[in-house]
Amino acid sequence: MRITEHPIIEFKRGKKVTIYFEGKPIEAYEGESVAAALIAAGIYVFRYSPRHKRARGLFCAIGKCSSCLMEIDGKPNQMACMVRVRDGMRIRRQRGKGVLDGN
Amino acid sequence: MYSMEIDVLVIGGGPAGLSAAITAAELDHSVIIVDENPRLGGQLIKQTHKFFGSETNYCGIRGIDIAEILEDKVNKLGITKYLESTVIGIYEDGVAIASEEDLRVVHPKKIIIATGARENMLSFVNNDLPGVYGAGAVQTLVNVYGVLPGKRALMVGSGNIGLIVSYQLMQAGVEVVAILEAMDHIGGYEVHAAKVKRLGIPILLRHTIKAAIGNNKVEAAVITKLDAHWEPISGSEKELNVDFVCLAVGLAPSYELAAQAGAKIVYIPELGGWLPWHKPNLETSVSGLYVAGDAAGVEEAVSALLEGKIAAADAANSIKENKYAQKLVETTQKELQEFRAGKFGKKIVEGKRKLYASLHI
Repeated sequence: MRITEHPIIEFKRGKKVTIYFEGKPIEAYEGESVAAALIAAGIYVFRYSPRHKRARGLFCAIGKCSSCLMEIDGKPNQMACMVRVRDGMRIRRQRGKGVLDGN
Repeated sequence: MYSMEIDVLVIGGGPAGLSAAITAAELDHSVIIVDENPRLGGQLIKQTHKFFGSETNYCGIRGIDIAEILEDKVNKLGITKYLESTVIGIYEDGVAIASEEDLRVVHPKKIIIATGARENMLSFVNNDLPGVYGAGAVQTLVNVYGVLPGKRALMVGSGNIGLIVSYQLMQAGVEVVAILEAMDHIGGYEVHAAKVKRLGIPILLRHTIKAAIGNNKVEAAVITKLDAHWEPISGSEKELNVDFVCLAVGLAPSYELAAQAGAKIVYIPELGGWLPWHKPNLETSVSGLYVAGDAAGVEEAVSALLEGKIAAADAANSIKENKYAQKLVETTQKELQEFRAGKFGKKIVEGKRKLYASLHI
């Protein structure tokens, strides 16, 4: 969900871009993190833990905790909260330690 | 590989780092400031509330505006910025800074680490379920990106962060179902508590979260009452209809880089746990390596600004003796002391006292 009206903040969103989550197109805005774009689109599960395969999502949002590791453009272990969206970016849920070139 | 000699390297572009960089540059030293984000400001960029500050330090100004004022100063002073860059190690023959594009090595005379803090986790069933966030994470989502993680929130912790974020969630149209507090009193300032009470958010004292419930995502939370010994009272559990949980249960200094650089690390609960030992001038056990802000003990933005100034002025004076810089160290230390003189500064004062006494080098 995106906020459209706020009593004190005026959100200056960047250019509209399209990113692909598990192959499906999602609308995002330049300048925002992958995590923010996914949560805006109602996607909360970012990866599954290596041993118990538990669902994990965003926790700290500032690059400190590594809860949000995803495969982004074929590279595993990318912090979704720190990587900014780019038009055409391909994002996949990471399973365990992930695989290089996940395409 | 790129390599460069400079006077002061500042690591972290939040209030402490910005204040340090500005001070060092104003004292005519060459400065590089490094931050992993695309813009400077650190956590100020999500602080939409007005700061109490002090006479000289941004009283009544919103955090987001303080970030812009400081960024503007950095630009006017011509300070070199390495954004979207990470210091990956501090070595005897240089500091390695990596970005997506390259690896640089910088040779600074002095280093100021202002890496901030990270949010604490709490132990409960399913605390790893998506939809359990640090309160600061929710603040980032809502105030920086304008994205809501849900419609109904449970806030755990009634310190200033728990209270302020609850208020900001209500401003953004989220219902905060309750604020839980394990202690028998509210942790934060009365003025913040009054604001959330006026909005009708119940603050449940002697309560904590027992479990998050949901299939791949928070769909409810179970809370419980605590007895005087912090033990859950069986039979007091209640299920709340919430779709996300915010943990506002404190922060811990980000001390890893200082530890890698060889600084002695000590444990001081009043300051947030493990942190680099340092002197009143903010210098660590490694000569020429300083810490400032939350990395030097979790406190808040105004003290971070003051600590950054002290560290940079001391660093400047030790590069080249400077009476004005010496004076600046003294006056700013005094200002910091006055700032901490209130009721909420007590814990920090006690923590710093323990810290100074904990190790003699």
